[in-house]
Amino acid sequence: MSKINTLEDLNKAAKRGLEAIIPSKTKIMVGMGTSGIASGAQAVYDALAEEIKKRKLDIILSKTGAMGMDCIEPLIDVVQPNKPRLAYSKMTAKKVPEVIDQIVKGAINGNKPAYRMDEEEFICLNENKPYLKGPVPKDLEGIPKIKEVNFYKKQMKLATRNCGMINYESIDEYIAKGGYISLFKALTKMKPEEIIEEIIASGLRGRGGGGFPAGVKWQTCRRAHGDIKYVICNGDEGDPGAYMDRSVMEVDPHSVIEGMIIGAFAIGSGQGFIYVRNEYPLAVANLQRAINQAREYGFLGKNILNSGFDFDLKISKGAGAFVCGESTALMTSLEGKAGEPRAKYIHTVEHGLWDRPSNLNNVETWANVPAIISRGAKWFSSIGCKNNSGTKVFCLVGKINNIGMVEVPMGIPLKEIIYDIGGGIPGGKKYKAVQTGGPSGGCLPDNLINISVDFDSLWEAGSMMGSGGMIVMDETTCMVDIARYFIDFLEFESCGKCVPCREGVQRMNEILQDICNGKGKKGDVELLESMAQGIVDVALCALGSTAPNPVLSTLKYFRDEYVAHVRDKKCPAGVCKALIRFSISEEKCTGCGVCLKKCPTECISGEKKKTHVIDQTKCIKCGVCKESCKFDAIIVE
Amino acid sequence: MKVGEMVNFIIDGKKVEAEEGATVLQVARANNIAIPTLCCHESVAPSGACRLCVVEVKKGKRTRIVTSCLYPVDEGIVVDTKTERVLNVRKLVMQLLMARCPESDVLKDMAKEMGVEPQPAFHPETDKGKCVLCRLCVKACEDVVGVNAIGLAGRGKKKAVGPPYMEDSKTCIGCGACAYICPTEHILMESTNGKRKIWGRTFKMQACDKCGRYFAPVDQLKFISDKTGTPMSELAVCISCK
Repeated sequence: MSKINTLEDLNKAAKRGLEAIIPSKTKIMVGMGTSGIASGAQAVYDALAEEIKKRKLDIILSKTGAMGMDCIEPLIDVVQPNKPRLAYSKMTAKKVPEVIDQIVKGAINGNKPAYRMDEEEFICLNENKPYLKGPVPKDLEGIPKIKEVNFYKKQMKLATRNCGMINYESIDEYIAKGGYISLFKALTKMKPEEIIEEIIASGLRGRGGGGFPAGVKWQTCRRAHGDIKYVICNGDEGDPGAYMDRSVMEVDPHSVIEGMIIGAFAIGSGQGFIYVRNEYPLAVANLQRAINQAREYGFLGKNILNSGFDFDLKISKGAGAFVCGESTALMTSLEGKAGEPRAKYIHTVEHGLWDRPSNLNNVETWANVPAIISRGAKWFSSIGCKNNSGTKVFCLVGKINNIGMVEVPMGIPLKEIIYDIGGGIPGGKKYKAVQTGGPSGGCLPDNLINISVDFDSLWEAGSMMGSGGMIVMDETTCMVDIARYFIDFLEFESCGKCVPCREGVQRMNEILQDICNGKGKKGDVELLESMAQGIVDVALCALGSTAPNPVLSTLKYFRDEYVAHVRDKKCPAGVCKALIRFSISEEKCTGCGVCLKKCPTECISGEKKKTHVIDQTKCIKCGVCKESCKFDAIIVE
Repeated sequence: MKVGEMVNFIIDGKKVEAEEGATVLQVARANNIAIPTLCCHESVAPSGACRLCVVEVKKGKRTRIVTSCLYPVDEGIVVDTKTERVLNVRKLVMQLLMARCPESDVLKDMAKEMGVEPQPAFHPETDKGKCVLCRLCVKACEDVVGVNAIGLAGRGKKKAVGPPYMEDSKTCIGCGACAYICPTEHILMESTNGKRKIWGRTFKMQACDKCGRYFAPVDQLKFISDKTGTPMSELAVCISCK
């Protein structure tokens, strides 16, 4: 690889990349992000490689990431000349020979693709490139287009524009998608102030959760006194159930890198850091490869694109502390000290890393930057809703049919995410709540199902956007138990620096545990409430001051469940073991004996075809009987 | 605004003038306004760990609770050190600390002064001693003495102060700065018969060449000698005899 100095050089790389994206021979792409690998994509990849070798086929095998629909992985995408791109879901190594047969023969039999793509969107170039010229072959007409699949219909992919679309090991494919064109534009045609103006005008708000206008932050950092300034990418994604940033770092690392170089040029920074949690080994490896490639092409280093601008990037790995996702704790950790937050009365854009002006944005924020620079602020601000431009990436997990990563325009009604994209609640159960914003976010009840999903509406409702976790809960979820779970997580993750978070969250956890264990006392709920308010007021950092949110939001919307636990000693959702009792309905029990066989403590007795009985003294309330009963005869109360 | 410039603001209804860069706590104390603190000491930089010194600050339209030990004074702010909200959060912090260190007389006295009773719903801890994790000892050892013999280990409720791996520290010089600065008398230091015990180690004390009084650990004098180049013989005289 040689350095890229001119637009012509860049176009040459783009041409190479495009030939790889839409090649003149067959290509099979395997979704090899962490979600794919966890579902068994490595075995599929190996089987494909072996089969191709065995049959001496001229097929390109490449690695891409997940486009988001994690529930149908492992996924392979087949690109053949003048044919739509076809996605085969839930692949196994066993299915590989059959699928290869199909590909070679060009006929669909047995393995039906999940969807097809007739063209591919090139967001940064504002154009679609077709996979085929002419009409779709007759036998493929019945396969839905990707935009006809409910999961993708209402999505709009900006920050995750390249996820699942390109080979994540190839910088040329990234360039072909319009990558580094924004960098070229920024460094050769724009002044730093103009870039900042563009970002301000775009209305881009920090996607890490705070929602602070990114451009204003950049401007303050540019204006801050100091010769040495830093730009930092926060890749310390720690919310349970959230993996948006991981996906972007793993499968489209260049979008983050390009965003950071543009930001650094605008701010006047010569050194950047990407702080990634060490639990993301693939993200670390792919980012490092991408950084090396960017250096070889001259996008990092001295005199980038002959502009006289010098900038380099370094990866720093986090050691597994949730609090390091907080900006000041992250900077303390970067300095080589234990990750503890500091007071933010003087902002980090003025006194941050090593006391120097430091601009920190999260992965998704940085990944949006190249798209904004290439397409313009006007385009970006036309997407989304008032004061919330653009899109937001969420991870839809929990009691939902379509588990996966979704990117939607800001302001979309929550209902559309849950039901249209997510496909609703499995097993015919009733929707109860969704937890947004990670552990320190809040739970939104079903009467807020039409809420506009944007920074301000979520905040007003007592929750928050956070980085984008969305945990869906159904009627079998106990909201007191959920609050206890998150408070327990936050107690474990408290750094312990300030008293209210270290001691207070621990005390709240003890009270919640008592309530769930049937030992709740009169006054506990009120005490929890007053402690929560106190901790919000007095904790040192954002982790501490938002730690009581799970309790505050569940109290706001599900207070009756707390009352049932404390006063009536009942768990309405049938979750808290100390408060529930299993029995068998005389009416419904057929005496089939299944529960009797499954019960681990042998506490169920009864003759065949007669109502069975549970011995309450031996029952451990594991729920196996309820799960195994086909006649819904197990009563939990 | 340049450092050294004066700013005007209001604290507890009183108009005051203070140098820019000063903290609210410093100005409050200069104006005889009492604010309780545990983790603030003039020898080391404030950390904002104990949260007892909170006050309410109105800046523009925004009113919020801040830690006075860290919050820099600013033109036009209105500081209130005793609002209901402030007293409520101080009460919570005090009750949490009393549950952590039920044996601490210092905390009991402070609570009495603040009119705070222990919260019966908090089960008192038994294994934390009197340590409130104010980190003054660690900062004194690090920033004032400069030996870094003790530090903070673990996180959350498992966080604790001590030498690395809670083993005997090789770098400790037995100076006792940590024990002197500890606000709750948690750090034990015993000096008897020419020996000093601290952090599980026993240090030999230097007897004064003139009066014979044991006045400092030999290791501390060696440390000073190494650092300043003063011969040990010159350091073997106590301050009273110098």
